[in-house]
Amino acid sequence: MDRQLVLLSTLCFFVAVAHTLFALREGVFRPGRFNFFAIALGFVLQTAFLWIRGHSLGRCPITNLFEVFIFLAWSVALIYLLIGPAYRLSLMGAFTAPLVFLIQTFALLAPVDIPHRIRIAPNPWLEFHASMSMIAYGAFALACVAGIMYLVQERQLKTHQLHSFFYHLPPLTNLFAAITRLLWLGFALYTAGLISGFFTGGPLPRVKMICAFAVWVFYGAILQGRHLHRLAPKRIATLCVLAFTAAVSVLWAINFVSQPRPM
Amino acid sequence: MNLFCVGISHHTANVETRERYAGASREKALREETGCREVLMLETCNRVEIYASAERPVTTDEILRCLQSSRGLAGIDNADAFYRYDGETCAQHLFRVVAGLDSMVVGETEILGQAKKAYAGARETGSAGPLLHRLFQRAFRVAKHVRSHTDITRGAVSVGSVAVDLAVKIFGDLSERKVLILGAGETSERTARALTSRGVTDIRVSNRSIERAENLATLVRGRAIPFHDWTAQCREIDILISSTSAEEPLLTPPILAPMIRGRADRPLFIIDIAVPRDVAPEVNEMDGVYLYDIDSLQSIAEQSLAMRRQQMAAGEKIIAEHVSDFCARFGRDTDKQSPPLAPRVLDDAAMRASEL
Repeated sequence: MDRQLVLLSTLCFFVAVAHTLFALREGVFRPGRFNFFAIALGFVLQTAFLWIRGHSLGRCPITNLFEVFIFLAWSVALIYLLIGPAYRLSLMGAFTAPLVFLIQTFALLAPVDIPHRIRIAPNPWLEFHASMSMIAYGAFALACVAGIMYLVQERQLKTHQLHSFFYHLPPLTNLFAAITRLLWLGFALYTAGLISGFFTGGPLPRVKMICAFAVWVFYGAILQGRHLHRLAPKRIATLCVLAFTAAVSVLWAINFVSQPRPM
Repeated sequence: MNLFCVGISHHTANVETRERYAGASREKALREETGCREVLMLETCNRVEIYASAERPVTTDEILRCLQSSRGLAGIDNADAFYRYDGETCAQHLFRVVAGLDSMVVGETEILGQAKKAYAGARETGSAGPLLHRLFQRAFRVAKHVRSHTDITRGAVSVGSVAVDLAVKIFGDLSERKVLILGAGETSERTARALTSRGVTDIRVSNRSIERAENLATLVRGRAIPFHDWTAQCREIDILISSTSAEEPLLTPPILAPMIRGRADRPLFIIDIAVPRDVAPEVNEMDGVYLYDIDSLQSIAEQSLAMRRQQMAAGEKIIAEHVSDFCARFGRDTDKQSPPLAPRVLDDAAMRASEL
């Protein structure tokens, strides 16, 4: 039953994607409220799924890869709804919706919604650690989205080929400011999640720790490069895309090696 | 009620012919001599059009004779240059004109202001009655609708405005940006003025002749910089407009690289309008540097114009919907209408009522 909510939510994101693609094909992409409301509806359905699943599990619903991906998609939508309007309503949505759609489609199609046979004991530190990390991933995903927008616009400016879409993108400097803020937000949340991981009480898997620390170092290095003006904005935008791709792969690895602890 | 439009435009007549019929509005004379109930003249540099409503059919010749007599053009035959639209096609034509679809530069927005001014003038003198009021109010709505639902006004179509558009796309707010003009040419001046109109306040001008630099600096409210000092300025500026008569490029990657070191996150926008070019094309390959020469700016202006033309179909669709809706409402209302009244000045309440 709760999977149907995810299915409906994915449909909302698909509608937003289709709307953007149609507008692009017609050569008349115009930022409107459509994408924003489609994502908002998708977010409500995601929230309903997490709430129902959380109640049935008696804890934060991140016990298998399916739930992890839906939580991640929820975090992306949450960060977009909170900060997207500050840049350009629905324009970021044009890039966010495909990302969320892909994450959820993968979660629905892959055989990853396997319930644990052993009921896991609720652990507030563990749940805080996991949820902070997931929301941080949401911010990193949005930084990746802003990075793609930056690269698209940069390429158009360099090649002097301006698509109709170009006129709806925010200025380069504003996009770069958005990337920086999202990176700092994600990094702060991720750091909080990482630190709280040490208070969970159980033994920490070595691979999980190394992977999580590698992601933290990667993003830390990008921010350091930004802070010292050592990296050009284009490189930072590219690194945001690479870092998020790496982080999602690591997320998979972390989930793979995570073992539930018996009650 | 006969609604019609008679006029000439850049499509049918050259500027010499158009200017013969342009001048002071002759709405009152037209009403009196042709018996039209309502008359509105729309005059711009590209068109002279008369929109009118009359109880009896008024021929184009009658309108033309009246125009010619008031301008002392009797005997001159320009009848071929005049076109005429009646009823539904008149509404369609006006909607196209006001939405910028019939303009020389497709999508230009100046025509909307000119139409509003003409309408306000006719309303003041009492030449525009309820029918023209409804027609023009609908035309203004249509123009807004077309503008907000298509990309017909998108993209700049002149070199100066393309440069400004690009600067805005790179920097956003231009008020804090520093501009260096290298070479005091006419196009530099136009581009600098366009940037000033978008909020740029810090303009520096450098030229081999310091007098010319000072003259241009005064014109654009900037300050003159000695020519030997321009390279040092490149460390501070955000936008460089170059138009010197140098035979060899003044800026190449090896020259520019040390100047922009340490400004990794500050883009540099270079507008090279010199022929031969002042800036080597390889400079565009450098991180954070965006180089546009005169050809690329012109090409973007042409792309924008082509894009606007592509949008015409979408605009025409919107207009067609409004025309059929307007005609349906107009037909319904005229069926119920009492015998037409003489032209009168509409007060605000009457305007509101007719709008409803």
